[in-house]
Amino acid sequence: MSAPGRSGLVFREPLLFESSRPGRAGVPIGDTDVPGVDPARELGDELVREDVPDFPELAELDVVRHFTRLSQWNYGIDSGFFPLGSCTMKYNPKVNEVVARLPGLAAVHPLADEADVQGLLALACELEAALAEISGLDRVTLQPAAGAQGEFVGVRMIQAYHRARGDTGRTRVIIPDTAHGTNPASAALNGLEVVELKSGADGIVHPEALARVADAHTAALMLTNPNTLGLFESHVEKLADVIHGVGGMVYLDGANMNALMGVAKPGHMGVDVMHFNLHKTFSTPHGGGGPGAGPVAVRNALAPFLPTPVIRREGDRYRLDDEFPHSIGRVHGWYGNAGIWLRALAYIRTLGAAGLAEVSSRAALNANYVLESLRESYDAPHARRVMHECVLTDRRQQQHGVTTADIAKRLMDYGYHPPTIYFPLVVAGALMIEPTECESQETLDGFIETMREIAREAESQPELVTGAPQRPIVRRLDEVRAARKPRLRWSRSD
Amino acid sequence: MSYVPHTPHELRAMLARIGVASLDELFSEVPAALRARAELKLPPALDERALLRFFAGHAAENADVQKHASFLGGGAYHHFIPAAVDALASRGEFMTAYTPYQAEISQGTLQMIFEFQTLICQLTGLEVANASLYDGASAVAEAALMAARLTRRTRIGVSAGLHPHWRAVLGTYAAGIGLELVPLPLDEAGRTRHAELPGDCAALVVQSPNFLGCIEDLAGAAKAAHAGGALAIAATAEALSLALLRSPGELGCDIACGDAQSFGLPLSFGGPYAGFLAAREKSVRQLPGRLIGESVDANGERAFVMTLTTREQHIRREKATSNICTNQGLCALRVTLWLALFGRRGIRRLAEQNVALAAYARRACARAALRMPCSAPVFNEFTVVVPGLADRLARCRAKDILAGVPLERFAPQRVDQLLVCTTEMNTRAQIDALVRELAS
Repeated sequence: MSAPGRSGLVFREPLLFESSRPGRAGVPIGDTDVPGVDPARELGDELVREDVPDFPELAELDVVRHFTRLSQWNYGIDSGFFPLGSCTMKYNPKVNEVVARLPGLAAVHPLADEADVQGLLALACELEAALAEISGLDRVTLQPAAGAQGEFVGVRMIQAYHRARGDTGRTRVIIPDTAHGTNPASAALNGLEVVELKSGADGIVHPEALARVADAHTAALMLTNPNTLGLFESHVEKLADVIHGVGGMVYLDGANMNALMGVAKPGHMGVDVMHFNLHKTFSTPHGGGGPGAGPVAVRNALAPFLPTPVIRREGDRYRLDDEFPHSIGRVHGWYGNAGIWLRALAYIRTLGAAGLAEVSSRAALNANYVLESLRESYDAPHARRVMHECVLTDRRQQQHGVTTADIAKRLMDYGYHPPTIYFPLVVAGALMIEPTECESQETLDGFIETMREIAREAESQPELVTGAPQRPIVRRLDEVRAARKPRLRWSRSD
Repeated sequence: MSYVPHTPHELRAMLARIGVASLDELFSEVPAALRARAELKLPPALDERALLRFFAGHAAENADVQKHASFLGGGAYHHFIPAAVDALASRGEFMTAYTPYQAEISQGTLQMIFEFQTLICQLTGLEVANASLYDGASAVAEAALMAARLTRRTRIGVSAGLHPHWRAVLGTYAAGIGLELVPLPLDEAGRTRHAELPGDCAALVVQSPNFLGCIEDLAGAAKAAHAGGALAIAATAEALSLALLRSPGELGCDIACGDAQSFGLPLSFGGPYAGFLAAREKSVRQLPGRLIGESVDANGERAFVMTLTTREQHIRREKATSNICTNQGLCALRVTLWLALFGRRGIRRLAEQNVALAAYARRACARAALRMPCSAPVFNEFTVVVPGLADRLARCRAKDILAGVPLERFAPQRVDQLLVCTTEMNTRAQIDALVRELAS
């Protein structure tokens, strides 16, 4: 077997606070050329604190080694195959990092005069136009800082739309049982009630089921398409008809847009509002859990409710417009995560239309290749063709006492990041695999052969799987202990 | 160029294994009527060279704080970032990792966030801090929502000194669940009149230093809040002030929140930054967002793991404490790096230098007979009245000085008022030139 996992030299590394030594100096700071002041005299004794107690004191090299060693305990896309379903762990191009760090972009203050940020506003407008084109919708805001904030914004705009028409009784949002947890949480944050919609035995939502719960109280349907099983919601037009028929709106969770670029436009499916996850579809780094960016695209009917400020083009000048009387208001301190949306624009400009279409077709190629290659070893909940990701289960392995969590941990021993596990909730023991378009056949073959080997191990030596992982720096964690007696910071007294 | 690796041979072999004749057939589940008939209308693809040229062209149309003398603050601050921050934060193992769901291969991120949480606790003087939020604005909003859950009350007292954008974001979130904001004005000195807080509020939100630059009386605010059964929320936009000023926790505040942008995050036209949120231990189960805790592994070795996740949306869905799904992982890393590199004495020294620079600038303004309407002490920002401000700003701009933030943009009555910020990035000569252009 040619699995990439091997063991190398890995260092122990204490906490910053444990390595600290009183009096050790870090990065030097020279004098300023203004007279020094005594802060207690300048501000008053009652305002000034002692030095921050137990704050780290380390030399620069200590810090460099500390973080280099910590980094070696991590697994990133740059380390290896990362088939984490619904997260679209594709290659994050290095050139986009260079773009985001250009001083003319990274060193620009958000309160600089409008005339001094014309280049940034032009780039923002260009990205808005590209996202409108990809979504088939009319207007875009780059303000939301993450997908979940995009959901909050999109749902709020739908509420504002209904209210502006005097339609005040719409208090419910319908959400399929396959949806991400952020969908119901975002609806609740807008004070709306969540109605869960069961998907059919074939894994997708059916118009008849939707018609039974949709009524004059429905503000919106929040749909993920392709859904979290990797299946295209092929009744999407009829679903939209049902919702529009009762006066509601269709919200699309764009988490899985990697499957749709150049393939089909949400705007053509009856979608009224959607968010993008730039850190998924448009390759900005996930950063160990953020920052992301969650722009929202809407139909013209919802444009009056966009968050302020709105960027306007007037001739060859750009303007930040706050005069938007029906706006839902601000959701971000500034104009969204500019450093992230710049990277996303760099990605779109690198790929162009043909490149983006190629992304979606190759993502589907890789997902279906993995699914068809593993059907013999693992149960798949559905026989349908998938889009960008596929779901397998541990049903067969459970007979030998091996669970999805065990399979995930065993994959680490072989040098792979595990898939998303136990999600979507509608599939017991789900292993959700999203290979992305960036992986070659030989990478996928290595993973497939490893998954088959783990299935064989589950039958013949299940303890190898249930005892995994052995190779990472730590073994399985005691999560119960962490939650029962939470220790959430270091302190000298502990 | 789309970063796909398949060779023509691989492509054929893979399609054969799947059992389809073409890539197009993979999309057979998409109804024909929905299939795109034409390519997306996007500008032509650029190679790496052309891409850099394109962005450099637009970058040249902006005025950056490296080529100009900048006195812009007002919620985003220009501080020095040591080279080691970029070098380490650029490591792919950090940058291209994901949420540390799989603790065994995420210990780097997990230990780093545990350190971040500890640093935030030390700076704010509180007992628990989460793994970060989107930005200062959303941190204030989440803090207010948290206070409403803790007190089961629905009114939030909000100081007029809170950053107007943060106030706006708080308003957007508050409206979602029917919270009412009660404005509290500033006094002559530029500090919040916290005695005017009504008795039935969930919280009092005070920013210190506030949007006019004034350091607030947080102890007084905490007393006023507690007198009516409300929680005291201290918001901080200039996080470096925490290195020098008495901490919100020490002064009796229940929740501290704000933006850690000053600690190693580039201005980047407003984001990504890193919101922080810290509170008392007893309210930990109402904290929004991710928390990292210490535990042990199967061998009894210390290890770190995401914990108390039953507060979060992926477990609790609509009953979660927030809809937030991620933290600002990479930004939290930069903050942790920056704080560790400067360390205990370094952050203190930087904070003292900021105070000295602002003191110098204020004395220069006073000498030039420019009036400063607020008498409260300031950290590194202050408000100054500049007659004929628009013209003066244009004169500064012509000399490559970004003179500060005209407050009329936020409050129409603040005609000719300018918010000036000085940090360690400013020199005496820059300050002298600024005052000359504003006053002469």
